[in-house]
Amino acid sequence: MANLLQQIVSGLASGGIYGSLALALVLIYRATGVINFAQGELATLSAFICASLVGHGWSFWAAFAATVALSFAGGMGLHTVLIRPLARGPLLGIVILTIGLLIAVNGLDTWLWGGAVRQFQGPFSTSPIRVGGVAFSKQDLGVIAVSLVAVALMGLLLSRTKLGLGLRAAAANPDESRLAGVPVDGMYALGWGLAAALGAVAGVLAAPSLLLEPNMMQTVLLYAFAAALVGAMTSPLGAVLGGLGLGVLLNLLGTYVHWIGGDLRLAAALALILGLLLVRRRA
Amino acid sequence: MRRRLYLLAAAAVVLVVLPLVLSEFRTLQLATVGAYFIAIVGLDVLVGHSGQVSLGHGGLMAVGGYTTAILMAHHGVLDLWTIPLAALVAGGIGVLFGVPALRLTGLFLALATFGIAVVLPTLLKHFGHFTGGSTGITLFGSPEQSGHGVGYLGMTNDTWLYALTWTIGIALFLLAWWLLSSRFGRALRAARDSEPAAAASGINRSAYRVAAFGISAAYAGVAGALYAINVAYVSPDTYSIQLSLLLLVGAVVGGYGSIWAALGGALLIEYLPDVVSSKQAGPATFFYGAAIIAAVFAVHIVRKVSAR
Repeated sequence: MANLLQQIVSGLASGGIYGSLALALVLIYRATGVINFAQGELATLSAFICASLVGHGWSFWAAFAATVALSFAGGMGLHTVLIRPLARGPLLGIVILTIGLLIAVNGLDTWLWGGAVRQFQGPFSTSPIRVGGVAFSKQDLGVIAVSLVAVALMGLLLSRTKLGLGLRAAAANPDESRLAGVPVDGMYALGWGLAAALGAVAGVLAAPSLLLEPNMMQTVLLYAFAAALVGAMTSPLGAVLGGLGLGVLLNLLGTYVHWIGGDLRLAAALALILGLLLVRRRA
Repeated sequence: MRRRLYLLAAAAVVLVVLPLVLSEFRTLQLATVGAYFIAIVGLDVLVGHSGQVSLGHGGLMAVGGYTTAILMAHHGVLDLWTIPLAALVAGGIGVLFGVPALRLTGLFLALATFGIAVVLPTLLKHFGHFTGGSTGITLFGSPEQSGHGVGYLGMTNDTWLYALTWTIGIALFLLAWWLLSSRFGRALRAARDSEPAAAASGINRSAYRVAAFGISAAYAGVAGALYAINVAYVSPDTYSIQLSLLLLVGAVVGGYGSIWAALGGALLIEYLPDVVSSKQAGPATFFYGAAIIAAVFAVHIVRKVSAR
């Protein structure tokens, strides 16, 4: 029982990371109809930036805040420079574009920080904390808390502010929003910026346990895709709950179903992706 | 048309002369370029003419490569015979995947195939009983299984592999060319461009789209088989997600239906990792990605200008 609880909590920690990245994918898909294959690499870049600031003597939380802000600006810049000019072009062009971005950012990480795996000291210690006789990892609890706060802030922004209303309006009906005075392109850029910021949260939270290297988020991206598809790529809540559920499910499958173990978890996520696509998406 | 034929003839002469002037090592490298060339020609049938995206063709190459490897290493089959079998197995899987793929629109098909390409190496590692796990399979079974052309016309093993790959490569390119300029190709493009118009002309859209998946997959299977025969080794890391991404980029960025684009894409896939594994790995990869982005923009601008 104690073990089960531990596994659920550690699954929720991974799930919080999947959910944050999935929410980033949803924001971009809803705003601009793009599936961003580079979302994982952008998150890795953010994690590298944070690690580098910490290496220069910044405190973790200052570095974290700066990274999130920088990623937000970078995301908006990406939309303005790369995505917006191609917005009315063919779909395949955008797919190739995000793949080019994936490769370029991966190369940039290797260029600036080297391809070797490096340790990343997170803000939370890995020591256990005992709650009612069950030992939980402080790092897991911290990751859950931070990712939930990030996701909740995003939810409040989307549902309770005028900015969020504009964002949703621009996504749902660009032409009428334009008539109503919503700066639609600005809203799309905002969507990309928020997505990059959420990705930064996911990347920085993942780095201590996954170890920092240029390919760190490649598998996480696949889990995030699965989570985002739980909400049909359009529901923010679905993406977050999907991420949390997937984190717990995969952790339990990995622990208790021996033929799946550690190495078939990715395949289980793929099965979920294909299943959801075929059930949900009728052409 | 006439100029095109001259160019093709010149290309054929260059292909024949190259192994005479290049080192054995370079000749073998160009043989593997031939394998990529076949995969890209096949992918062009799918992406260029049927309008379906695949980010998973590296996975289909893996199916071909492992078919050849398993047949040669575990069952003692001659290497040449494994090539049509690899085409059949990969083509069959392509058809099987093509049916559910009908239900997916562009982006989501890209997503599904991307997922398959990411997961496949882990599956190959997991089912080590068949695939040799992470260590892969070495194809040096018995000497009688391979190198049938060695000795003829003074061919060494490397020139034989080169000749084999490029003979099949050119034959498959001509086959694709013929197929795409025939009724089949026109129907395929009609099904891509307008569903109602295709239906009104009595074209079974689904059948054509599934057939395109099957053909494209069979080409990838042949490519994977020849690649495995050339390097005499298969492993999960050969068929990483990068290979799938590079194949699609090679097929798309160069433009559709062009032998030169396919050739350029194939050379890129072979020589990029050389650059990337060097000390300059980071900058090279970065500029490669940037070049892809620039190419997308170039294509976009050309389209915009020509649409005016």
